[in-house]
Amino acid sequence: MTLTAPPPPAAPPEPARARRLLPAAGPRRTLAAFALGAVLLFAVAPLALTDFRLGLLAKYLCTAIVAVGVCLAWGRGGLLTLGQGVFFGLGGYAMAMHLKLADAGPGNLPDFMVLYGTTDTLPWWWVPFANPVFALAATVLLPMGVAALLGSLIFRRRVRGAYFALLSQALTAAFAIWLVGQQATTGGTNGLTDIQGFFGYALDDPANQRMVYFVIALVLLALIALARQLIHSRYGELLVAVRDSEERVRFLGYDPARVKLVVYVVAAGMAGLAGALFVPAVGIISPALIGIVPSIELVIGAAVGGRASLLGAVLGALAVAWAKTALSEEFPAAWTYFQGLLFVVVVAFLPGGLASLARTVRARLARRRTGADEDGAEQKEAAV
Amino acid sequence: MTVILGQTFTGISIGAVLLLIALGLSLTFGQMNVINMAHGEFIMAGAYTTYVLQQHLAGAGLSLLLALPVAFLVAGVLGVALEHLLIRRLYLRPLDTLLVTWGVSLMLQQLARDLFGAPNVQTRAPDWLTGHLTLPLGGAELSLPTSRLFILALALAAVGTLALVLRRTALGRRVRAVVQHRELAEVSGIPTGRVDRTTFFLGSGLAGIAGVALTLVGPIGPAMGTNVIIDAFLVIVAGGIGRLRGCVVAAFVLGVLQSVLEWSTTVSVAKVAVLVALVAFLQWRPQGLYTLRTRSLV
Amino acid sequence: MRATSRSRRTVLGALLLCGALTATGCGAKTGDAAGGGKAVAADTSGDTVKVGLLNSLSGTMAISEVTVRDAVKLAIEEINASGGVLGKKIRPVSEDGASDWPTFAEKAQKLIREDRVAATFGCWTSASRKAVKPVFEKNRSLLFYPVQYEGLEQSPYIFYSGATTNQQIVPALDYLKSKGTKSLYLVGSDYVFPRTANKVIKAYAKANGMTVKGEDYAPLGSTEFSTIANKVKAAGADAVFNTLNGDSNVAFFKEYKSAGLTAKAMPVLSVSIAEEEVKSIGPQYLKDQLTAWNYYQTTETAANTAFVEAYKAKYGKAKPTSDPMEAAYTSVYLWKEMVEKAKSFDPEKVRAAADGTAFEAPEGTVTVDGENQHLAKTARIGRIGADGLIDEVWNSGEPIEPDPFLKGYDWASGLS
Repeated sequence: MTLTAPPPPAAPPEPARARRLLPAAGPRRTLAAFALGAVLLFAVAPLALTDFRLGLLAKYLCTAIVAVGVCLAWGRGGLLTLGQGVFFGLGGYAMAMHLKLADAGPGNLPDFMVLYGTTDTLPWWWVPFANPVFALAATVLLPMGVAALLGSLIFRRRVRGAYFALLSQALTAAFAIWLVGQQATTGGTNGLTDIQGFFGYALDDPANQRMVYFVIALVLLALIALARQLIHSRYGELLVAVRDSEERVRFLGYDPARVKLVVYVVAAGMAGLAGALFVPAVGIISPALIGIVPSIELVIGAAVGGRASLLGAVLGALAVAWAKTALSEEFPAAWTYFQGLLFVVVVAFLPGGLASLARTVRARLARRRTGADEDGAEQKEAAV
Repeated sequence: MTVILGQTFTGISIGAVLLLIALGLSLTFGQMNVINMAHGEFIMAGAYTTYVLQQHLAGAGLSLLLALPVAFLVAGVLGVALEHLLIRRLYLRPLDTLLVTWGVSLMLQQLARDLFGAPNVQTRAPDWLTGHLTLPLGGAELSLPTSRLFILALALAAVGTLALVLRRTALGRRVRAVVQHRELAEVSGIPTGRVDRTTFFLGSGLAGIAGVALTLVGPIGPAMGTNVIIDAFLVIVAGGIGRLRGCVVAAFVLGVLQSVLEWSTTVSVAKVAVLVALVAFLQWRPQGLYTLRTRSLV
Repeated sequence: MRATSRSRRTVLGALLLCGALTATGCGAKTGDAAGGGKAVAADTSGDTVKVGLLNSLSGTMAISEVTVRDAVKLAIEEINASGGVLGKKIRPVSEDGASDWPTFAEKAQKLIREDRVAATFGCWTSASRKAVKPVFEKNRSLLFYPVQYEGLEQSPYIFYSGATTNQQIVPALDYLKSKGTKSLYLVGSDYVFPRTANKVIKAYAKANGMTVKGEDYAPLGSTEFSTIANKVKAAGADAVFNTLNGDSNVAFFKEYKSAGLTAKAMPVLSVSIAEEEVKSIGPQYLKDQLTAWNYYQTTETAANTAFVEAYKAKYGKAKPTSDPMEAAYTSVYLWKEMVEKAKSFDPEKVRAAADGTAFEAPEGTVTVDGENQHLAKTARIGRIGADGLIDEVWNSGEPIEPDPFLKGYDWASGLS
């Protein structure tokens, strides 16, 4: 599953794969890794962890789902999206709006609207969310739609690189400010809290919390499988080509804007789904999860683990989320230093992330032995 | 009428603050293509410099004026250290500079918390900077806060000096040469490494000066950098990379736009509206107001 | 290619299998009697009892919340020195909410389920309280919340030791009215407390013949106030009612002074500026402006003299004491009284014993209202001095009964 890992030297290259730009791990290794992941998530974790820790793991898995999208958009496509918070929030709010309406019962207003609202009727844009099918569809389609609109505007005009990163960051800030300003209809800074049920199941029952955990784990596995398919398709190759040299791809007759738009929209959908699943797992969605800092944190994990490697990005996101809980429990001030340092060290000195650590060390050793500069090609790949 | 004039002045003064915080970035981001998220923390360093000087000097006015060169040096040295330790290795990866310097900014904020405490600190402004000038204006009066006038003058002086340095000195010629074509500059014998370091020193030093100015209008605390950094980058994005003129025009346009919208609507709406306007503007001019013609494809 | 399609089938099969596994784990439906939310009994074995301290030790709110935690720790030390509660020493377990509301919910859960604390002290912002409220209710555990807030809440598992609206905002309005204020301008940060407080203020103004000349909200953390200062100046109200939070106050008061507005011509009454904030804004900008609280460092009671002395001895001479700190300190003692009255740490028994529990707090006598679990508190208006301390200029004379839903006020009938 680690896509950047070199193929086992003994295996002769299959003819069907010869045209691929990237060597893929053999299907057997992929399957083994996938099965191991499934066993860990579905058998080991529920048995080994307390209900509370399992709930935390569910939360971490949500950030890992976002990381799958970040890996595609940033690692493969070179789009540093610092605005994943917007899509995470859209998905989360779509889900939470439905659950709040379901809690309130037909015809009633959600509790916070009764307290802080200005009208006795439900705002029109809340109304369709009472329908579970609409709400579920919206958790994915709404972020994708917004991403499609924004992306088509931005990419068509060839806004890219740093401009794109800064613009996406500003957008997430604006979205958070807007949400906070609409207290009567969005709950303001409080966000939507105190969610009781999840499609009829009471969320305070530990058995149902486990069910939510399983759903999240299932979605994560499914999305990893989907992302892998995408990476190994013709489109995946085109994407990497756009990342590495947009002009050349254009000269070859492709439209890079369209290639980038697809991955941007897919990553947005994944972030939206993660946000939607976060709501039943944690019981809250608020603007605090959407601003600039949470959006950067969604990217950190992927950077630390290895942005271009699916497994690296997912494990990195899980590890960073876990480290945040573990370290901030013990040393809140030290956590900030550690977070900053981790970021500096990994991005500056190990751009392939921890996933590339073994390879980098091996390359260094080999170079020391032979004295030859075998590092050049790798430097180039790492430089994206 | 006074309202319109007063609001225009307010807009210009907001623009002056934006200009000061963005000016350094127009060098480091605009000329060197480094996205320095720690720029906000260099501003913070300038503000804390003012605070520390005031603890040791008697007059509020004297310490403020003295803080200007000292803060320039403090922030500039921080910038050179950052350039030498990290950014030097990242010139081919501009997006990664964003992430690395964000990590640096986290650490600098925590350092400020450990050194000066988590709460904001206070500085005394000299009396001549807390009042306002009153201009008679056909029956009504227009009052202009002196602190804002001071910041406006400071911003214009900084822009003027920087323009002179870039246009008229040998250093400026080298900087422009490196920006326009790094490889060609290098083969022509310009020491690009040293030019980069000097540019970074100037850009970061300007952040320090902005920090001194901000003590007059805002809080001085560990989080002050994060409050301004996004606005600063928006100015650069709107103005266009590599052109001082773009930075100046964009700062004042954004400032006036913000103040007019704030007056007629609310702060939140104004912030969101300015941003939407910016995205729309980039549709029309994707490279910002002014663009620098270079021979590079990207 | 055959290998790929086979692996694809296997992956699909594995996913389906996992899906089937998921479906078997369903539990109670909503509406089932008392779902699965079993209360976890507090761990009171041994000679200690654990309590949780849930505050932001990092992030934007750390400035304020650390002082509250310090005050709670002081109370715990004092209680332990005099024998503890029911013969057990109190052991505090501190958690960092990191100024992030979902983190608060997560840490509350940890304190209750993993550490099995008997009670939790903490939270500052309304948003963090709203985030943890369902956690405490589901687990049937107690939270003591120490900050003045916007009212309109009454959770059976939260004790509110700060003021509700009728103990802070309404008396402040009464004070302004008695001074002849006819019109107000409302400035606040964009979050729940200011928006709700301003709703109350507008209803009050309407019923009392005052006009509200304008209302502005700045995003939390906003530091550009020149336009708002211009708007306030142009509106020319008699007074400004300020519900800004944190950093924004610094920028607002600097701009206010620059615009030539003074405490004499147009006083600003603030409800979120205590001694600690005065220190960071600077008395230069705040001199003679008004505040509304239930306690100041200068409040003259015997209990306060001892409290201020003990606090400064522990944390340093330069550290001021403030209203939320005092309310947090008081809440620990109130919990102790209730536990001893109930002779048990069981939250249900503690709640049953709560009504009428009184304590000689630094702010004067406070009494718990058993029905809404707020305190009867004395309201105080203060004026900020050049030395950075706040001097009382008016008080309500006797403790005001808490009325979180403003049921006792006719003009407030349309509010909730």
